[in-house]
Amino acid sequence: MRTSLHPDRKRLAELPPLPRDAEGPVFEAPWQAQAFALAVKLSELGYFSWTTWARTLAEEIAAAYARGDPNDGSGYYRHWVAALERLVVDRDLIDLAALTERKDAWTEAYRRTPHGQPVELRAASGQ
Amino acid sequence: MHDHSHHSDDHHGHRHDHHHAGDDHHHHGHDHDHQDVPPDISLRVKALESLLVEKGMVDGAALDDIVDSFENRIGPRNGAQVVARAWTDSAFRERLLADGTGAIGELGYLGGQGEHMKVVANTPDVHNLVVCTLCSCYPWPTLGLPPAWYKSSAYRARAVIEPREVLREFGLQLADDVEVRVWDSTAEIRYLVLPERPAGTGGMTEDELAGLVTRDAMIGVARVAAPERCDP
Repeated sequence: MRTSLHPDRKRLAELPPLPRDAEGPVFEAPWQAQAFALAVKLSELGYFSWTTWARTLAEEIAAAYARGDPNDGSGYYRHWVAALERLVVDRDLIDLAALTERKDAWTEAYRRTPHGQPVELRAASGQ
Repeated sequence: MHDHSHHSDDHHGHRHDHHHAGDDHHHHGHDHDHQDVPPDISLRVKALESLLVEKGMVDGAALDDIVDSFENRIGPRNGAQVVARAWTDSAFRERLLADGTGAIGELGYLGGQGEHMKVVANTPDVHNLVVCTLCSCYPWPTLGLPPAWYKSSAYRARAVIEPREVLREFGLQLADDVEVRVWDSTAEIRYLVLPERPAGTGGMTEDELAGLVTRDAMIGVARVAAPERCDP
């Protein structure tokens, strides 16, 4: 049983090359690490296989490249998020409308919450 | 001028050298009473995560464990470069202390959340310490992700009540005549401590100096140690 928090090198090597240094993955912002964690956990829990994940991410990157995105790694985690969204919708884990609605709810929650208080969705959903 | 009244509430009942950001200029158009809305991509991740956690498909704490394990791997961590530049270029140092946001921007850093940076310099007589008493505001575009202790309620409360004791626990003993200034971060202003340049580093290049500067020193819970191979 794997107790490590991170996928091993072999699994990481199956992905399109991710931003990393000698010690492992590096992230430019917290959301990137959160998106990384989501894909790792969902795959570990069997919602999709690591192979499916690697393929979906590769497809997303190829599609972005075809659209004219620079293929220089700068958008890696944007593609990661897009792949994740597509996969959770395809696998009926979440529906697309719920995702959009939830994103709007978070936006509204940030707008309404004073500094220093935890941002909570209830403040935004108007209940 | 916006009044940070929510920061003026002395709800800890303490006395301390508490500097507020009210004398700084705000150039941006955000509503100061509320939090900045994170970038769209960050909201998309929050939407995914919150829905999956809510449906019981993943455990939020397990996700946090993974993110926390990357504590030192997130963000550009380029504050050390800013400090090293200030140590080697006195004109830059002046600009940095006068306008942190602008001077850090000169090096091509910042971006992200658009908050203003104020840089406070340690001297033989003054030691600066940064905290966010209300939550855990932190200049991650410059320093990376905050360490877990920075987010703890113990640090947030005690840094203002008994900063000397907190510093002692971090292994930093200050003489009684050194003034401690505690800076409370806000939604609009993030602080970076400019540590004192250690002795014995006269011949070092900017990049070598940057290698000495630690995250803890830029929060103010440590000094920058002289290099091991200290030239006499």
